[in-house]
Amino acid sequence: MVLRFCTILCTENRFDPIMSAESGFFPLRTCFLQEDLILKSNKRPESFRPLEYLIFIAVTTAVMLLCVCVGSVMLPLKDTVTVLLNALTGAGFPESELAANILLPVRLPRVLCVALVGASLSLCGGAMQGLLKNPLADGTTLGVSSGASLGAVLAIAFSLSIPGISFGGTMLSAILFAFLSLALILTLAYRLDSSLSTNTIILIGVIFSMFASSISSLVITFAGDRVKTITFWTLGSLQGSSYENALVLLGTLVLFGGVLLGYSQELNAFAVGEDNARNIGVNVRRVKLMVLISISVLIGVCVSISGTIGFVGLVTPHMLRSLTGPNHKRLLPATLFGGACFLMLADLLSRTLLNPRELPLGVVTSFVGSLLFIYIFYTSRKGD
Amino acid sequence: MLEVKNLTVRFGNTTIINDISFSVSPGQWLMVVGPNGAGKTTIISAVSRAVPYTGQVLFDGTDVQRRKSRELAQCMGVLSQSHYVGYGFTVEEVIRLGRYAHAPGLLTGGRDDGEKKVLDAIEKTGLESCLRQSVLTLSGGELQRTFLAQVFAQDPRLLILDEPTNHLDLVYQKQVFHLVQEWVKEPGRAVISVVHDLSLARAYGTHALLMQKGRIVSVGPVEKVMTPEHLNAVYSMDVFAWMQNLYGQWKTLS
Repeated sequence: MVLRFCTILCTENRFDPIMSAESGFFPLRTCFLQEDLILKSNKRPESFRPLEYLIFIAVTTAVMLLCVCVGSVMLPLKDTVTVLLNALTGAGFPESELAANILLPVRLPRVLCVALVGASLSLCGGAMQGLLKNPLADGTTLGVSSGASLGAVLAIAFSLSIPGISFGGTMLSAILFAFLSLALILTLAYRLDSSLSTNTIILIGVIFSMFASSISSLVITFAGDRVKTITFWTLGSLQGSSYENALVLLGTLVLFGGVLLGYSQELNAFAVGEDNARNIGVNVRRVKLMVLISISVLIGVCVSISGTIGFVGLVTPHMLRSLTGPNHKRLLPATLFGGACFLMLADLLSRTLLNPRELPLGVVTSFVGSLLFIYIFYTSRKGD
Repeated sequence: MLEVKNLTVRFGNTTIINDISFSVSPGQWLMVVGPNGAGKTTIISAVSRAVPYTGQVLFDGTDVQRRKSRELAQCMGVLSQSHYVGYGFTVEEVIRLGRYAHAPGLLTGGRDDGEKKVLDAIEKTGLESCLRQSVLTLSGGELQRTFLAQVFAQDPRLLILDEPTNHLDLVYQKQVFHLVQEWVKEPGRAVISVVHDLSLARAYGTHALLMQKGRIVSVGPVEKVMTPEHLNAVYSMDVFAWMQNLYGQWKTLS
């Protein structure tokens, strides 16, 4: 659906329809939080303030605890907290064997991975939307997700693996393909339009992701007995995540998410307009390349671990923009926490809704995400 | 200050600007005039490095291609023709972006003393009342003034304006031209602007660059360039007679 939107827009070669939709989000922005902040400080805060960080961290921790406790086996909150504290301090955990057996080896790594994937994808979405000045932009519209996905599908189908690291082959292949698709998209875009204009990139991204998906489907058709694994994987799943996965995700997020956060001000300039960014002295090409590379690494790692989980990078920034305003110095930190919460809750639903069966995570996010998206779209249009 | 040598811009096989050279010195206000499609805006795009070109653009003797984006933006401010903001940034946020080039880096340290420049720019453009307003709710004129304030806050030495009064009514047209005229009086400053209104160009410009089909017809002091002969030839009509006719109507009315 998103892809279709973008194709329509790109063929019109202007962004007005999207933009008018975005302008509709405006009534939302005058919500009380924003007003409060203005009244209190008489000036919109430039960046996140300690209190806001505390609130976001508290909410994220609460959601995380909820997700750790609830599942096919309910864990009492008290035991969970005890086990977690004991594990952190290095003390043993004799009181509750059951909680320790489920919590530490299964549930905690999964919830951590889900939170990190949600944070990474949302951050990427927020950065893309700023960079391309397009509120519907996402790793998906650029084609990086599909490219990474193709890489992972190939790795699974031909059982590529790196000895010693269980998911190394898939991940490396996904990152590689994310890079390759980015390089291909950028080269094509440079050829067609040396200024790397937004419209060109999105158009090529959409076409490329269709191309990549068709090849993925082709590979899946001939994958034989691996069809089920691949299909489930492409819908997104974080079942059986390990601490190893979480560590890789965290490392990537710290490194490349850090780069994105460092470019907040430049992203603001891009969101105002690429020409304007150039006029005020932003090194347009370098910032674009750095941001796009960071995004492709983040998405590559996420896709290899969780499969393609759509709509996260699209919906989270949208919802948070109504709280924080469009300034990326505030929006991007918020997307980290918001994305983590959104995906943890979606994962909770996927685990518990049809208990004991488990829904693929991508199904839940797409379902929730598309409904939410239509709702936002609808209310904003009505508000005009 | 700015020297353009043998500038040529091609898009595919079409030559938009064909081997032009000119220069701007401090204290000058160069009006770039000519009919639609003469390549006026393209000159500005090339000078601000937005389009690829052949030839040389020198600022204070160094090639602009060799200078860092920030460095260049500290001495050269560009006001584009159209503004289309994607998100609901406030007027103040957009104006403050003008200080980007002066913002202290992580390594260079120091503090940006540009607060006064920002406040000055806001005051000059009369935007005090809508600082907290979203740019998406502004009228065309207010938006234009917001970006003018941004480029004033940027505090360059060379101001490049592409159709600065595009969306403005008469009052603000006059205000903008007065503002820029005051601005350029400070020593060491110069302005290049693309202007369609020949009377405004004549009234405010010190120098003019008359273009036709990507070539320079005439360049120099405004009174030597904007002569009836040149204008009539470029616009293929009797420009002076038409204008006198236009303004004559007002005389008879009063």
